[in-house]
Amino acid sequence: MFFLENIWMVPLMPAAGAATMLLFGRRLAKPAINAVCVGLVALSFLWSVIGVLQFTGSGMPRYEHVLYTWLGSGDGQMLFTIHNGATAEFVVNAGVLLDPLSCVWLLFVTGVGMLIHIYSMGYMAHEGGYYRFFGYLNLFMFSMLTLILANNYLLMFVGWEGVGLCSYLLIGFYFHKHSASTAANKAFITNRIGDAGVILGSLTVFWLFGTFDFTRVTDLARQHSATLMGTGMVTAATLLLFVGACGKSAQLPLYVWLPDAMEGPTPVSALIHAATMVTAGVYMVARSNALFVLAPESMRVVAVVGALTAIFAASIGLVQNDIKRVLAYSTISQLGYMFLALGVGAFAAGVFHVFTHAFFKALLFLGSGSVIHAMSGQQDMRGMGALRTKIPITYKAMLVGTLAIAGVPGLAGFFSKDEILWQAWSAHSGEFRILWYVAFATALMTSFYMFRLIFLTFFGSPRMTHEEEHHLHESPRSMTVPLMVLAVCSIFAGYLGVSPSIARFVGLHGETNRFEHFLAPVFANHVEEAVAPAEEKDEEGSASEYLLMGLSVAAAGAGWWLARRAYAVEGKQVHEPINAFAPPVYRTLLNKYYVDELYDVAFSGRATVGGARLGAIGAGEALWKVDANVIDGGVNATGWTTRAFGWFSSWWDRWIIDGLCVNGPAVITERLSKPMRLLQAGLLQWYALVMVIGVAGLLWYYVLR
Amino acid sequence: MQIGMLHYLIVAALLFVIGMVGVITRRNVVIIFMSIELMLSAVNLNLLAFSRMYGLHGQVFALFIAADAAAEAAVGLGILIAFFRNRATVNVDEVDLLKW
Amino acid sequence: MTPIATPFFFYFLAGIAVISAIVMVTKVSPVHSALALIVTLLACAGLYLMLYAPFMAGVQIVLYAGGILVMFLFVMMLVNIEHLYVEKMLNRQWKFGLAATLIMAVLMLGALIDGFRSLPQQLVEISEQNNVQQIGQLLYGSKGGYYMFPFEIASILLLVAVVGAVVMAKRRV
Repeated sequence: MFFLENIWMVPLMPAAGAATMLLFGRRLAKPAINAVCVGLVALSFLWSVIGVLQFTGSGMPRYEHVLYTWLGSGDGQMLFTIHNGATAEFVVNAGVLLDPLSCVWLLFVTGVGMLIHIYSMGYMAHEGGYYRFFGYLNLFMFSMLTLILANNYLLMFVGWEGVGLCSYLLIGFYFHKHSASTAANKAFITNRIGDAGVILGSLTVFWLFGTFDFTRVTDLARQHSATLMGTGMVTAATLLLFVGACGKSAQLPLYVWLPDAMEGPTPVSALIHAATMVTAGVYMVARSNALFVLAPESMRVVAVVGALTAIFAASIGLVQNDIKRVLAYSTISQLGYMFLALGVGAFAAGVFHVFTHAFFKALLFLGSGSVIHAMSGQQDMRGMGALRTKIPITYKAMLVGTLAIAGVPGLAGFFSKDEILWQAWSAHSGEFRILWYVAFATALMTSFYMFRLIFLTFFGSPRMTHEEEHHLHESPRSMTVPLMVLAVCSIFAGYLGVSPSIARFVGLHGETNRFEHFLAPVFANHVEEAVAPAEEKDEEGSASEYLLMGLSVAAAGAGWWLARRAYAVEGKQVHEPINAFAPPVYRTLLNKYYVDELYDVAFSGRATVGGARLGAIGAGEALWKVDANVIDGGVNATGWTTRAFGWFSSWWDRWIIDGLCVNGPAVITERLSKPMRLLQAGLLQWYALVMVIGVAGLLWYYVLR
Repeated sequence: MQIGMLHYLIVAALLFVIGMVGVITRRNVVIIFMSIELMLSAVNLNLLAFSRMYGLHGQVFALFIAADAAAEAAVGLGILIAFFRNRATVNVDEVDLLKW
Repeated sequence: MTPIATPFFFYFLAGIAVISAIVMVTKVSPVHSALALIVTLLACAGLYLMLYAPFMAGVQIVLYAGGILVMFLFVMMLVNIEHLYVEKMLNRQWKFGLAATLIMAVLMLGALIDGFRSLPQQLVEISEQNNVQQIGQLLYGSKGGYYMFPFEIASILLLVAVVGAVVMAKRRV
């Protein structure tokens, strides 16, 4: 049990690699860097494999191990009152939780991560900043593994932020390019919007249950499911968490960063934006499944947003010309499928699609990287063509990936995608049936654009320049071997989750859908409106299931046929059928429905009408003006009136009080006394005269009487 | 008409007023002293006129006034001499030390 | 009114007195003024005689004219008052003073003439013959000597005046 008990070492090994790169990376030579970084990731993969084997062998439902108390003291301080009046202590441990869900993620993250590290050795061989690239990749592995292995919401959030940071660092790896650094900013900022949702959602969970630990939250939620079902707080918590998932996993309003994230090197796109980081949102929703089933409104929101994202992104992907952009929109679309599955209650199906998607999407991205490598950096499909014979291994690998994603029977994508479609049709007794139509249309579009990619790139006539044609060569072994491994996985990974109806169709018996059984304890919610996967129904359900299966296969085939007609043609010019059919539609799709421009106007504040800015920043400026003029104007007016009163007071004081009342009598006295002073001339005769006048006056008075 | 007391009183008043004019108008201090003597004399005349009608008390009073006038003249002249010694002038206009 | 004196002498003496008084007041030289004053006082003495006051007349001549005025003349001589420069005779307020005194004169005369009616008629008949004796009786008499005390006081007053004059006039050594 050594590897299981020390499963916390798994994230720390890539962390050690990152630290080494930070401290010594500049001085190390390429072979040393390879040995450290790729070796550590390979070691962590082996460790996690053995750990998972030990876990499944032990028969425990889950393995939880607390390493230390991270936040809070754990001894009864930091007490808060939660929503039902109980007192809860705020304590967050740093611990690992290994249950079937995190096992699945652990395996494919380390596995695909290891393959991509090997691939990067060849891809980045001629690039500068080699040590920096591997340092960031290792840091990313550390963050992702922390996210997966965390046993509580806040520790998971640490990993969440870490992958966001690494995404920024890696998208902006070619930071000399302005487009790359702005794309990195866009990714980080959009992710940040989601992070607000995660924080608020986690705190709402604490408010509801008094704890952050996944196990305790799940147990409490299942215990009190009757009282909590459909309450506002649970709905709020789940919706907030879903906002975070939208940001990280590029769902409808917050998906805009993912296509621009293709500015990063191709291994980055493969690892982060196809296989691992974007699945973190799915992981969080799956982990919180006990909460989500208590909030049917949130589930509906999740399903609808997932379905809309799927068809939206697929429609844009129909006309993109950059090979990596097509794959980016394909990723968004497939993530929409996963959320659709989670939203209708088919958690296991969603997780299964994550699992298979990781393989074939990584394969497709690495393959496109190989194509770009062969084309000396050319990424536009209009400048490719007829590469089939020149880079055969890459072609075969990408063909396998395309068949998988299109849902051709026999490959991984068929099983997982079909499961989702069936659940969409039948879950909750057909409540989400309309979403099946959406998903079906998306499947048709997916097949079409993927085959368009294949035909434009590998078939037709060569449209590249003479220079590029000369340099065409197959990629080195370090790049092709991971492609082959991933191709094998894309074919065989699906057999882990064969649904019983298919098994019956093919004639297999016994325990099928091992994947879902493996995950059953995680999703064992005892809810009234049972999430019971419809496959537990009997034969009557099977007929419609076969019908739907047939329809989706037909959609795959239709997509292939239409694409072949349009693109597998000779000729230097690429004719887009949509453009011929309806140019406005084509233009809208090519410009991605002008969403980026809309966001620019609404939020970036770069658009101005007259002198006023539009959007959120414009509202901010308007409020600033209100504050500066009205409110501050009011303040200034009070100040001004105070000054006026002060002026009046000073005038009053100076002229009335001082002038009239204080100085007045003095002045009057002075003015009156001046004549009086003359009476005292100091001359005797004057006094005598005055006496005479006085006597005369007296006499006059008496004479007149 | 017959000379009655009134005539004497009028004469006394006239002398008194003339003396007053001298006191108030002249600059020379000796003239002023002499005018004061004249005023006193006029008062004496007034008293004696009344005493002719109403008894000898008036004459005694006049006698006392005359003695008093003499004393006063003596002292006044003494002041004049002291004053003259200090100031070398007998113009009372120039003596305005009482003024502020 | 009971007749007091013959009109001629009255008017004659009164005229001399008044005119001489006016002369006194209007002369530049103090010596001339002093002489004019002597004439006035002598005329007054004559008037006293007509008022049955021979003693007073004598006192007037001896004391006033012969004592005081002579003293004046002596002082004027000692001070050499003639040699002092006199630039003006009258002071600055002479017009004002003249007007005031004229008003005063008018008022006084008016009061006298108007109020004379209210004065009572003759109350006591005084004799011409033993005027001095009767004054002596009033001053020193055993019965009727009302003025003994004032007399003593007057003598003290004269003493004080003498001392004062000496003090004022003596040279500071």
